[in-house]
Amino acid sequence: MLSNLGNLLLFLSIFLSFAIIYASYKSLRLSGKLIPRIIYQISTLQSTLIIICFFTLIAAFIISDFSLITVYQNSHTLKPVFYKIAGTWGNHEGSLLLWVIILTIFSFLFLVFNKNHPKPFRLITLIIQNILIIGFLFFILFNSNPFSVLLPVPKEGLGLNPILQDPALAIHPPLLYIGFVGSSIYFSAAISSLITNYSQTSFVHSIKNWVLISWSFQTLGILVGSIWAYYELGWGGFWFWDPVENASLLPWFAMTALFHSLIVFEKRNLFYFWVIILCLLTFILSVTGTFLVRSGILNSVHTFASDPARGIYILLFLSLMVFISIFLLFKKYKIENYNLNANSKETFILVNNWFMMFYLITVLLGTIYPIFIDALMGNQISVGPPFYNTVILPAVVIFLFFMSIGPRVKWIKSHFENIKIYLLILAGSIVINFLISFLLKSYSVLSNLIIISAIFLIISSLQDAVKYYRKNRINLSQTISHTAFGFLVLFIGLNHIFSIEKDYNIKLGETKKFNNYSIKFQNLELENYSNYKAIIGELIIKDVKTEKKNILRPEIRIYNNPQTLTYEASIRTSILKDYYLTMSNIDRSDYYNIKFQKKPLMIWIWISVIMIAFGGFLRLLKNAKNN
Amino acid sequence: MQRIIKITVLIIFLFIIGVFFISLDKDTNYNTKNLIGKNISKINLEYFNEKKFYTEEDLKKNNYTLVNFWASWCAPCRNEHPLLLKLSKEKNLKLLGVNFKDKKNQAKIFLKDLGNPYDFLAKDEFGKQSINFGIYGIPESILLNNNLKVLQKFVGPLTLKDYNLIIEIIN
Repeated sequence: MLSNLGNLLLFLSIFLSFAIIYASYKSLRLSGKLIPRIIYQISTLQSTLIIICFFTLIAAFIISDFSLITVYQNSHTLKPVFYKIAGTWGNHEGSLLLWVIILTIFSFLFLVFNKNHPKPFRLITLIIQNILIIGFLFFILFNSNPFSVLLPVPKEGLGLNPILQDPALAIHPPLLYIGFVGSSIYFSAAISSLITNYSQTSFVHSIKNWVLISWSFQTLGILVGSIWAYYELGWGGFWFWDPVENASLLPWFAMTALFHSLIVFEKRNLFYFWVIILCLLTFILSVTGTFLVRSGILNSVHTFASDPARGIYILLFLSLMVFISIFLLFKKYKIENYNLNANSKETFILVNNWFMMFYLITVLLGTIYPIFIDALMGNQISVGPPFYNTVILPAVVIFLFFMSIGPRVKWIKSHFENIKIYLLILAGSIVINFLISFLLKSYSVLSNLIIISAIFLIISSLQDAVKYYRKNRINLSQTISHTAFGFLVLFIGLNHIFSIEKDYNIKLGETKKFNNYSIKFQNLELENYSNYKAIIGELIIKDVKTEKKNILRPEIRIYNNPQTLTYEASIRTSILKDYYLTMSNIDRSDYYNIKFQKKPLMIWIWISVIMIAFGGFLRLLKNAKNN
Repeated sequence: MQRIIKITVLIIFLFIIGVFFISLDKDTNYNTKNLIGKNISKINLEYFNEKKFYTEEDLKKNNYTLVNFWASWCAPCRNEHPLLLKLSKEKNLKLLGVNFKDKKNQAKIFLKDLGNPYDFLAKDEFGKQSINFGIYGIPESILLNNNLKVLQKFVGPLTLKDYNLIIEIIN
């Protein structure tokens, strides 16, 4: 029943998309300035239907309708309701449906909220959006249908993979998808702008907020994914340069470059084609990321099931997007003369863009290099953290200095008048850095440079804030994001230098001592829960100096549906540090292997990223107020 | 100059997409397709219901044997089940079902609900025996002749095409 309803709604949505395209095309040939009501109506209806369609699938998950293959493979009657709902987008088919829903709703919102722009521009954007919607709907219907029926109906489902049963992961896909799909809007708008020659600075207003929305959500989405990896995967890290993490980072670089360039375009009417290229690039990278993780070319937790047919479809779609973009761009491209002064805001923003492109290309190369080597030479290699750290970290130092100076440089032409202040801040940063290294006894050239540049950025951003606050011209969102970025780099640096990691095989009752700590294996319990059994260890971590005790309880969980073993880290978070403990059993022995980690300032890393995104949301709020 | 840049950009994109296309066909998973044509040597499968074992000798008595790996928890197994029922009517072919990493009760319910196509039924509770057959996911089926030579290997659920191929081989 639900299956028929779902399929019907999908077909209707396709039909409505064609209707919108047809109506828009007809309206384009008429002279009026207004978009006919009928287009608004169809678009409203389409959004409503697609939302109902999504709720149909959620309903199927809640009532455990195992006649749907997707529900059967990803749910179970005993699962808590929260995870039944989250399971809707915890799989390939459901998450694609989520993708299309956001796409449809965003197209609708774009139509409604951009009334001041020329009609042809809006209509062509709408047409391209609907072509994208149709593309994805066809993909859903004929390749990845969440409403496919399974007969005879099984009595029980297979359950959601236990490592995916986590609150962070329940909100990770929606956040990230808002980022990915948000970029489709400015992809369409860019193409439409090329076609209709709408290259005035007012073009910025139509996409500015979309860039901010997608960037802010993308930032949060990446953060939540990291937090999940930290809590759930049990190796204590939060970023591994995994191809899938990279896939979400690539569009983020492009977006960051884009909204900085938009500022220049809006103020000085420069960089039009560069802005367009970035608009196109962002969505192309989003789809490329989807292709890489969904086609099975890369194996990861996101490869729900590899299916070459799926890959070919996305790849064809991607190629089409790429070549249409390139074709239009080449056809319309005109050489722009910049004549920038070396010491001007424009130049500094351009430098920001170069850095973003540098990061983007580095990460892109690292991600696809193994694929190329495998395809062309048949060798299997992997590119790991050493590559990224070596290439990216030195550049970060220089980048941070530019980022500190950029915001205070004036448009068009500036003077190096406050060089004294810079030297003062630099001296201060160096002193703070050596205080840190001296007090905590650790030294390495690169990490010191990174910490110095991060502190430099923090101090200059804060000083800017104070200076402009007096003149009442404070750019709060920028200050918050920039300062938070400085703090993020600082905390990651400190975290990296001062982490402690120890590995032991330990028996019940035993105590191990290292540095200033002692670990005692106090107790071992077996407990039964509704959907798993748990072996829970109780270990006491004692700080010898302060006599402070912390009890940690790592678990080994044995899930029933599907039967899997997971290792739950026990994490004690405090303001200055996290204690992180994982435990695993050793076959045929009384010993357990424990891995203890002390990770300083973890919570501040999360908070910094939240603040970076918060800056974006704040700007969005301000833009909304000004309109 | 501009033309050179344009052509370069185009070539780079073509190259990247081309490599992606090639990569799609590459199977990055562990693959046992090359098992075809080889002889299976060690067979030691426990009866489903008793503490007895199927060995090579048992299988050599059949003209052709289709070894099918299945479980009650496997969705595609349900899809291929009707074809197995049809195959069970063939006189020249014996079906050996290997119940893979499954609970006995649920396996019984599965066969009761959908019908039992198997001439012989064995179990591989921990998936260890199946390694000898190069099984890495189910459903998988292997067609053997009376020399225990692997004639065909079907990864994933049997399709109508596979069914026709089997019929053609055994007749």
